[in-house]
Amino acid sequence: MTHLHLAVALDGAGWAPDAWREPDARPAELFTARYWIDLVAEAEAGKLDFVTIEDALGVQTDDPTLVQGRLDAVLIASRVAPLTRHIGLVPTATVTHTEPFHISKAIATLDYVSRGRAGWRVQLSARPQEAAHFGRRTVSVEEEGSVQELFDEAADYVEVVRRLWDSWEDDAEIRDAATGRFIDRDKLHYIGFEGRHFSVKGPSITPRPPQGQPVVTALAHSEIPYRFAEKAADVVYVTPADAANAREIVSQVKVRHVFADLVVFLEPTEREAAQLSSDARVFAGTPAQLADLLQEWQEAGLTGFRLRPGRLPHDLRGITRGLVPELRSRGVFRTEYEASTLRGLLGLERPANRYAAAEGARVA
Amino acid sequence: MPKQIHLAAHFPGVNNTTVWSDPAAGSHIEFDSFVKLAQTAERAKFDFFFLAEGLRLREQGGQIYDLDVVGRPDTFTVLAALAAVTERLGLAGTINSTFNEPYEVARQFASLDHLSAGRAAWNVVTSWDAFTGENFRRGGFLAEEDRYSRATQFLATAKELFGSWPADAIAADKASGVFLRDPQAGTFRHTDQHFDIAGRFNVPRSPQGRPVILQAGDSDAGREFAAATADAIFSRHGTLEDGQKFYADVKDRLARYGRGHDSLKVLPAATFVLGDTDNDAQEKARIVRRQQVSGATAIKFLEQLWNRDLSSYDPDGPLPEVDPDVSDEHIARGRASVRMHRDPIAVAREWRAKAAAGKLSIRELIIEVTGRQTFIGSAATVADRIDHLVQEDAADGFILVPHVTPGGLDEFADTVVPLLQERGVFRSEYEGETLRENLGLDR
Repeated sequence: MTHLHLAVALDGAGWAPDAWREPDARPAELFTARYWIDLVAEAEAGKLDFVTIEDALGVQTDDPTLVQGRLDAVLIASRVAPLTRHIGLVPTATVTHTEPFHISKAIATLDYVSRGRAGWRVQLSARPQEAAHFGRRTVSVEEEGSVQELFDEAADYVEVVRRLWDSWEDDAEIRDAATGRFIDRDKLHYIGFEGRHFSVKGPSITPRPPQGQPVVTALAHSEIPYRFAEKAADVVYVTPADAANAREIVSQVKVRHVFADLVVFLEPTEREAAQLSSDARVFAGTPAQLADLLQEWQEAGLTGFRLRPGRLPHDLRGITRGLVPELRSRGVFRTEYEASTLRGLLGLERPANRYAAAEGARVA
Repeated sequence: MPKQIHLAAHFPGVNNTTVWSDPAAGSHIEFDSFVKLAQTAERAKFDFFFLAEGLRLREQGGQIYDLDVVGRPDTFTVLAALAAVTERLGLAGTINSTFNEPYEVARQFASLDHLSAGRAAWNVVTSWDAFTGENFRRGGFLAEEDRYSRATQFLATAKELFGSWPADAIAADKASGVFLRDPQAGTFRHTDQHFDIAGRFNVPRSPQGRPVILQAGDSDAGREFAAATADAIFSRHGTLEDGQKFYADVKDRLARYGRGHDSLKVLPAATFVLGDTDNDAQEKARIVRRQQVSGATAIKFLEQLWNRDLSSYDPDGPLPEVDPDVSDEHIARGRASVRMHRDPIAVAREWRAKAAAGKLSIRELIIEVTGRQTFIGSAATVADRIDHLVQEDAADGFILVPHVTPGGLDEFADTVVPLLQERGVFRSEYEGETLRENLGLDR
């Protein structure tokens, strides 16, 4: 039977608003390294493909009864990287107010410090509050075409990041003592990107990362983001309501990996699962029931799932210690990590360098 | 008690000080190299580990400069990873105020400070060139006179953000259901000529309150900026007289800002070569200088002054007779030294005279006129020299720049540090948990 892929989405104390009040929650430690190390280690013990880490350029809410504040997700991933061996690390980073040059080298560096386990969840920001934190532009989703505009900009952004990752060929560093040259500069490439929103010259200051191209992922709920994901992403997270809807979405979005997002409560009380309003379907039940649902949706054409634990660490443990053994007993989830890179876990080849290929074509 | 020395380790940089051709030279990009140098620095009880910045690959004559190490990681990302493999060592990153925005830089440093339990430091630099700007969506550049005003406002804004969460803002009280004791935590508004921003900062107050601030400016404006805002200054003045002058100058400026004499540490950059004896070290230093300045490197250096293509010249032959080109367009781009020569024709005359007097070839001259090592000698000689400079108020310590990655600090850690500890001028154990505490700075 075909294995399915499993990721978990880590966010604060979990996806339920009052998750931080659970008996085993650690709300006073949300801003410590230890908290995140423990969560990712738990996910790795379950041999999950990867964790994503949520982020944003503003506070979550103004409600003082809810968790507020976040650490930078790329830095959390990097802090955890040397203490883990196999699990993929996929931080969220916003494109709308940031520099593609910085994000490109940050994810490339995460790939170096994790030895090939880096990914990136691309996020857009249409929140006026976040724009005001930067004061350089206004954003809006009200105006005609403005959503398309934000996604077009994001597509350009990812294109720049990807070109920068390729801007050094793998064998550019030569250390040739005879000529005194450290690099062969013919193997470094200006990316010369000129778009409607910005231009970036290159090359990157960071050599090509171990995976060549770290794994790019995006969450998508509708037509415009589906098209963006097709252009930009290796993994798209979608939010089907049921198996039929999953089948429909799979037919609409052509990305190598289509994962369904699910908010997950394992062995919950009624109250906890009921109170949540969510873009993704909320599952509440036993590990075996969840395994049934994942298999049913897998048959609809999904390759994997990104599970959003309602409560941390409770539902993460439910996944690693309840769901995973259940899936293994059904022969649809790995018992050992079969690769040392995130691309490897996802069955993605290490891609050829676009510039090296162009070079070869020219010679030919 | 004698003055206590502070020491930092600079990861060997993207410049010709770093000898990549040495058989012991390892990768400049693999994480293991960073781990090795950082752990050596921590074993030796250094105050902090330091990373420089360069946001565009350097060019000369319109081509990427290929004779030195090229390539570096993202500063924040590698420092966050180093926090996982060290426990007390400070983690200092150079981040410029031109191609970043205060909100994101503040949240990255506050995050690093949380994730390292209070060990983050920020070397605030300004860059202004349109050459680097070509890598950024904001593009462009700043007029030179606007550099410090933007840097000053950038840092002031970031400090507002660091301070925007009260220390006790988070209640996280499960029983009452109150997460945030102060519902306004993080609120800020800042308006000046460079920034017009408002809203809420989203990282709670970090263990140090804010990162330790380093500054490297040398101009009058740079020194004033440091005296007003920095916790430590990274200087180029590592000799006794020059160091004392600089030290007195910046320390005298502190009073104007209501700051005490010890609230700003002066830490010159320093290179070193150690040997079993002083003579042995001198001989090694000569060899290292020749490794640092190959014939090809010598020609490139000469081109930076002459501002001409000198590739047809023999590095083992005499200096060019033609004068430097003093037009605005410069042959070398993306390096700090480009504007160093204020009067190239006068400097060229000086160099010719020096070469003639010593019968020096181009390469020999360049070895002569560019950065000789700061400390050369046996461990005892170097320890004595460092202690002397600190006790005589030429410095509060040094930022050491090894010339080999990643093992270039080993010998210093094994031989010089124990001597400084014996003298009672350098810690044997870290005094505190945070970098601020180890630097002896008030919170």
